[in-house]
Amino acid sequence: MIKQLIPRMTEICGPDGVITDPAELRTYETDGLTSHRVTPALVVLPRTAEEVAAVVAECAAAKVPFVARGSGTGLSGGALPHAEGVLIVTSKMRRIIAVDPASQRAVVEPGCTNLSVSEAARPFGYFYAPDPSSQVVCSVGGNVAENSGGAHCLKHGFTVHHITGLEIVTPSGELTWLGDGTGAAPGYDLLGAFTGSEGTLGIVTKVVVKLTKIPQLVKCLLAAFETTGAGGNAVSAIIGAGIVPAAIEMMDALAIEAAEAAVSCRYPEGAGAVLIVELDGPQGDVERECAAVRALCEQAGATEIREADDPAERAAIWVGRRSAFAAVGRIAPAYIVQDGVVPRTALGAVLDRIAELSAESGIRVANVFHAGDGNLHPLVLYDDSVPGAAETAETVSGAILDLCITHGGSITGEHGVGVDKSQYLPKMFDADDLDTMQLLRCAFDPASLCNPGKIFPTPRLCGEVPGARRAPHPLVASGQADQF
Amino acid sequence: MGADPVLEALAAACPAARAARPEDAVAGVMPRFAASPATVAEASELLRAAAAHDLAVVPRGGGSKLAWGAPPRRCDLVVDTRAMDQVLEHAAGDLVVRAQAGASLAQLGEVLAGAGQQLALDPPPVPRAVAGTRGGSGAGASAGSEAPSGANGAAPQWRGATVGGTLATGAAGPRRLRYGTPRDLLIGITVVRADGTVAHSGGKVVKNVAGYDLGKLFTGSFGTLGLIVEAVFRLHPRPASAAYVTVDCDGPGEAYYAVAAAAGSELAPSAIELDRPARDQPFRVAVLLEGDPDGTAERTGLMGTLLGKGAATQPAAPGWWGWPANGQPRHGQPGNGQPGGGQPGSSQLSDSRPSDSRPSDSRPSDSRPSDSQPGDGRSGAGQPGGAADAGQAGTLIRIGFWAAGLPRILRAVDAAALAAGLDPAVGGSAAAGVIYAAVGPGADPAAVAAFVSGLREALARGDGDARPASAPVPDGPPVLASAVVVHAPPRARDLMDLWGPVPSLSLMRAVKDQFDPGHRMAPGRFAGGI
Repeated sequence: MIKQLIPRMTEICGPDGVITDPAELRTYETDGLTSHRVTPALVVLPRTAEEVAAVVAECAAAKVPFVARGSGTGLSGGALPHAEGVLIVTSKMRRIIAVDPASQRAVVEPGCTNLSVSEAARPFGYFYAPDPSSQVVCSVGGNVAENSGGAHCLKHGFTVHHITGLEIVTPSGELTWLGDGTGAAPGYDLLGAFTGSEGTLGIVTKVVVKLTKIPQLVKCLLAAFETTGAGGNAVSAIIGAGIVPAAIEMMDALAIEAAEAAVSCRYPEGAGAVLIVELDGPQGDVERECAAVRALCEQAGATEIREADDPAERAAIWVGRRSAFAAVGRIAPAYIVQDGVVPRTALGAVLDRIAELSAESGIRVANVFHAGDGNLHPLVLYDDSVPGAAETAETVSGAILDLCITHGGSITGEHGVGVDKSQYLPKMFDADDLDTMQLLRCAFDPASLCNPGKIFPTPRLCGEVPGARRAPHPLVASGQADQF
Repeated sequence: MGADPVLEALAAACPAARAARPEDAVAGVMPRFAASPATVAEASELLRAAAAHDLAVVPRGGGSKLAWGAPPRRCDLVVDTRAMDQVLEHAAGDLVVRAQAGASLAQLGEVLAGAGQQLALDPPPVPRAVAGTRGGSGAGASAGSEAPSGANGAAPQWRGATVGGTLATGAAGPRRLRYGTPRDLLIGITVVRADGTVAHSGGKVVKNVAGYDLGKLFTGSFGTLGLIVEAVFRLHPRPASAAYVTVDCDGPGEAYYAVAAAAGSELAPSAIELDRPARDQPFRVAVLLEGDPDGTAERTGLMGTLLGKGAATQPAAPGWWGWPANGQPRHGQPGNGQPGGGQPGSSQLSDSRPSDSRPSDSRPSDSRPSDSQPGDGRSGAGQPGGAADAGQAGTLIRIGFWAAGLPRILRAVDAAALAAGLDPAVGGSAAAGVIYAAVGPGADPAAVAAFVSGLREALARGDGDARPASAPVPDGPPVLASAVVVHAPPRARDLMDLWGPVPSLSLMRAVKDQFDPGHRMAPGRFAGGI
């Protein structure tokens, strides 16, 4: 079936833009969630928005499902291919089309790396604020699909706060713009609804981003504590003082151990927890806030505090945190990354409970988290060569998500639902909620061809005819008429 | 006298359902019924009953913005959210608040200020009486250090602005530059669909990408997708101090220079506003800086230096600040549409503007809040919806643009206004790419319509194009600016397409068809006739 598409796809994308060789196809079988693998039936690499539209139109006409992929760094399987579908890869679309610093905007193609946007804006004194840890590699299109955050989203917001226009290809193959780059376009905020829709409503072909002025001064503090509880108290005190740092990150002892093994970050030895606080803004303000944060950390029992304000020193502090996910590979053969969120004030209780779960199950959990907004990344470590270990790890992982929900949080703060967490979505939302959300999907993709099987565990039937009555006609109901 | 079976059905769902009264009119359209559900369950049953009887439903809150958008094509039932007015949960430690849709922003502001926090939206401001600030500034927070306000705290018509109405209209003011608009601060929402189904999205935590974001979809949707009943917002600390740096500028070029200098500085302005009451007046630029007292003092000094000669610093907002979000009408020359000019119109009863030095020549037809247009069913001041409608009796146009296009936009506005014989007041959040033009209620409706269509033609031509003519960007959005008529007197409204061209209209219609297949939710109010 899909073989019939190959000649037309080759016409559209060029011979270099179509992959049919089985070994090559397998290289696309997974994204950053390596526990799930599906080989796509066909891979295409279009070069322009028009080519993407033509590819999708062909898929729509042939009723073939399709999945979009940026850099393949996603952690929820959003770019997991469909076995009978086309994988549309945007990596050839990497143009920085324009930078307009006077309007604080840039127009970029979806395959650009996140960092490349900041690099293009830097000469003008601007940067692109959402900064996922994978920013050297991850694509802006992928960021839009997942509404990616990053360490600095505490102050600067996430992708949806920095997008003012999207050119998309709709699932029927049409090119259209959502928003006009101003942030004040009339009509429904389809742009806001599309961002974070995990590639299920269409494919992004151009992005208008907001640029942020590079702050006058950035200071970074590393504070060591004996326990995560003490670190948590420091965070509460900082927030309670009305300070909004650009970032507040915490790592526990196990995560520190892993980072040390991987990158020799030389965090204070024996620390039960480290806090990384970054402050940015006008010089005087940052210096005063830094002094205040330092004092609050000391009051909360910090055993050591380091301060850095030049980029190299700051990078040295961050390297341990940024390496944390990959680093746990040094201390365990396998691991599950979680992405739960709890209200910040519940962090202490949740960390205690995670420690209990870990002790009860014998499964170690290293904790890295965005302490400022309660977004946890428990790294559930296990040895996949031990029978039953993977299942136990999965159980612990699920229990942690349940914990997040019990505390009024979320099952995913930034990685997305994808295939990884769709089973948990009904724990956060009831059937009416999911049904209502999927009305949006029906509006964009009635044929269910666009990244099907992601997010929602139970797809909604889109066949209801507009205007159909769900109740008896009033005249019939009041007995004044019969319907026959 | 027989009972109305439809009213009976509505009252069975919602006890506070009744026959409509004159003050229930929406933009001059009289409904048959009105109801104020007290709980989400009642709201759900009410909408279910409305669906069963094929009633067109228009939600309302405080009524401060009922005159926005087009009149509804059909209006059988007005759903008043003000019986659901509770602030449900304020998790100060998490900087999150959950409120019912009928809670007023003023009341919400008071609750939050008590913990030194704010929902960073204008309007309305926190009443001056609230002294709560976070530690550090002490009890001596001066009267000038609160969030910007009109002359005497919230203008009367804005005190009623509710959470739901603010979300449904997406209303935002000066601090959108730093904090964003309602959709940026909303983290969770509960809605009732046209068929009565209750649905949630988002939650109580700021970091949350689980499921689709219905909150973004419903914000700014003018009630056409369903009834908003609850909202969860992220909060910010209230700054300990604030100050304004102002400068007068001659002409669009100088005004742009000042705005751009402030926006491109490292001084982290919270808002940059522009104001020009009439064509023969200078542009006034004011920059809001907030923070701890030392920081604010330092940065205002630096901003003053940056803005150059004539820059002044003041602790309180200029009287025109926050227009039009603050509800103060800013009509242009009273003689709009007529040859010659007149004194600049002063436009509010109790308007004391510290930085205004012009004589206040109050023209009766411009400024009495009890004005109402004939035939539109509005009552006088003090009635719900009355003062608001009268206070906004002129025409207000919102222009969205790429910030670098400011001088061209201002010239396009002037050219179109001149061609139509009008002299609108112009101003707004210039650095955020949103400004407003306001024409008095006495203007000739045909002139107003000509102004709007002339302006839209200029925008479509690219007259407001931010891209330098010498280096066109081939692949950006096809249109870089929009002009929406926020509200207008009925005779002008009838001559105009209020919303103008809308990108992706067919997708929007598809969304509408899914959420409200019967087209009963506020039909005709929205863009594209939705």
